[in-house]
Amino acid sequence: MLQFMIRRIGWSLLTVWLISLVCFFIIQAPPGDFVSVLMANAEADGRRLTAQQVDVLRERYNLDQPWYAQYWAWIWGILTEFDFGYSFRWNRPATDVIMEHLPFTLLLAGGSMFLTWIIAFGIGIYTAVKRYSIGDYFWTFVGFIGLSVPNFVLALVFMYVAFRYFDMSVGGLFSPEYVEADWSAARVLDLLQNLAVPALIIATAGTAGLIRITRANLSDELAQPYVMAARARGQRENVLLMRYPVRAAMNPFISTIGYAIPSVISGEVIVSSVLSLPTTGPVLLGALRNQDMYLAGSFLLILGVLTVIGTVISDLVLAWADPRVRRQHSGAAQ
Amino acid sequence: MTTLEGPIPEDSFNRDADNAEGSQGEQAAASSKKDVGTRSSRSLVWRRFKRHKLAVVSLWIIVGVYLIAIFADVIAPRPAGDYNPDYPYVAPQSITLTDPGDGRGFGLYVHGYTQEIDPVSWNRYYTQDPDELHKLGFFVSSGHDYRFLGLFTTDRKLFAPQEADAPFFLMGADANGRDIFSRVVYGTQVSMSIGLIGVALSLVIGITLGAVAGFFRGPIDAFIQRITELFMSLPSIPLWMALAAAIPREWGPLTIYFAITVLLSLIGWTSLSREVRGRVLSLRSEDYVVAARLDGVSRFRVIRRHILPSLTSHIIASVTLAVPAMILAETSLSFLGLGLQPPIVSWGVLLQEAQNIRSVITAPWLLIVPSAAVVIATLALNFLGDGLRDAADPYGGAR
Repeated sequence: MLQFMIRRIGWSLLTVWLISLVCFFIIQAPPGDFVSVLMANAEADGRRLTAQQVDVLRERYNLDQPWYAQYWAWIWGILTEFDFGYSFRWNRPATDVIMEHLPFTLLLAGGSMFLTWIIAFGIGIYTAVKRYSIGDYFWTFVGFIGLSVPNFVLALVFMYVAFRYFDMSVGGLFSPEYVEADWSAARVLDLLQNLAVPALIIATAGTAGLIRITRANLSDELAQPYVMAARARGQRENVLLMRYPVRAAMNPFISTIGYAIPSVISGEVIVSSVLSLPTTGPVLLGALRNQDMYLAGSFLLILGVLTVIGTVISDLVLAWADPRVRRQHSGAAQ
Repeated sequence: MTTLEGPIPEDSFNRDADNAEGSQGEQAAASSKKDVGTRSSRSLVWRRFKRHKLAVVSLWIIVGVYLIAIFADVIAPRPAGDYNPDYPYVAPQSITLTDPGDGRGFGLYVHGYTQEIDPVSWNRYYTQDPDELHKLGFFVSSGHDYRFLGLFTTDRKLFAPQEADAPFFLMGADANGRDIFSRVVYGTQVSMSIGLIGVALSLVIGITLGAVAGFFRGPIDAFIQRITELFMSLPSIPLWMALAAAIPREWGPLTIYFAITVLLSLIGWTSLSREVRGRVLSLRSEDYVVAARLDGVSRFRVIRRHILPSLTSHIIASVTLAVPAMILAETSLSFLGLGLQPPIVSWGVLLQEAQNIRSVITAPWLLIVPSAAVVIATLALNFLGDGLRDAADPYGGAR
């Protein structure tokens, strides 16, 4: 187990390093840099920056250095001082901007993971037990609709319905009276209420796959002789179902959650942009549009690292729960 | 299998032992189940696929959608960019079957619009005028020339008003008075083709890496697996957003179209590669593959001639499931303004106009019509892929 853990964590550190390289190259890729965006904006306003001003700006933001020096400075700052660089657009340290928005992202992503899990678990068990019934077809169909409707369309429809029929203006995570309020039980409750719908919208995309997997695995388990044996001994059907086959069918459930994390983060970015929630999504979008490279790169890096951490945890939990996985993994890595 | 009795006819060696037992008459009668050994793999897959009713319906829907894409010029009453400032945000017209009694005869008509200006807010409102009727017809001359499939020039449209400049907005209009129906029809071309081309590209990457990893195993496999895991652990939408933001804005629309397609496939190949690797790993220990290898057949030839053909049905199923994911990705990117840019019309570009909730309130069809197109196409592709996946392994247990 220890060997497996070390190997798994070692690989993920390598992955994190590769992700940081990828992020850096992506933010370097667009032609021009933040100063050239600044120049274009100034020219659009009818002002013009002198060559000297441009040089001073470039030097101040380290933009005159070669790429590896810039990468090294960026990574070194993150590792030693937790300094993600400077956001040109917000005119503040990128760390501050990130820390302001990241908690809400984690809350939203966590909430939608939880909903995905609950919904897929319930529907998966129901459809496996009542296979080929009308309810099975109905819920399978609903799952597929969730898979096929883009998240942002659901968000727009939700905004439209709320605005048109309930006269509510959707956007933000707090109701107007709580935006500036101090933290209190009522404010937390308000936050959770406003979080529920976006979390549900994000959850729709991931549930269909998980429902299918749960249904297939549980169907296999239900056909096993031990189920019939338990039934023959007169065990009550509900107790029997939860005690044996559902537990046996849970394994792939844990492992797929690792791969559900990237899709939840992706969904979060888009849904938050539409509903203008104060999470990372809209900030990342704005940073990408304005070539605010340190902020954009840092967000990408953090989202990627979070995903890797989530995957590692789900792998470790799986290995702890199922010795077969441990062996299989060490076999594949040799 | 049961023991065989009596002499076995020559031609039944490749059949099931069950078959060889029965007489010729019984075999013919029980053809539905028992000729599994004689039917080609392809016809077995097809037979099994046909049992999945929803998948068969979806197949026809997809064929229909691609026909719309191919014949977009004929179906769309207006060119994609054709605007008419006299009809901003007009509501969808209803078609009526009537005879106005002015000599134009009995047939299908649409109403024109009348404009009212609110004296206080100066907002313009458009309502359908019950007295103004425009006759519709099939294959009428529209005044907009196009090349029919690149063969000849014509201006005939499938279903359009007989007067070329009559208002015709079956699904409403946008802010510039452009016909939403025509634009969605043209959007079909771009959205559906980006899915196909993107998946074709990821297929090449995915199959090559997956087959190599599964066949050679060892360090090569471990290396390719790590790369795949790296790509799978990155959240795709933020990564796509970042890469798409790196595309220079001054590139032409067609170049951007190809750049976006390449980007989508660069990240989309991972699941295909995993699927292929898993199948190759299980196939390479099959007897016929071992036999071929022991016969001294080269590795490349074993992969190409013996392993890939039996993968085909699985690959087709995975591809069908990858296409809708790509369509959704393109739609999301274009919606955020990082994908395709306006002169090109795709479903995502059309949905950009629904970004502002105010315009959706004024004109709900801006949101409804393009998203209905997206949902129908992706839902049908998902069902089709699901049916194909179930059918891909005809020798598995009956389900």
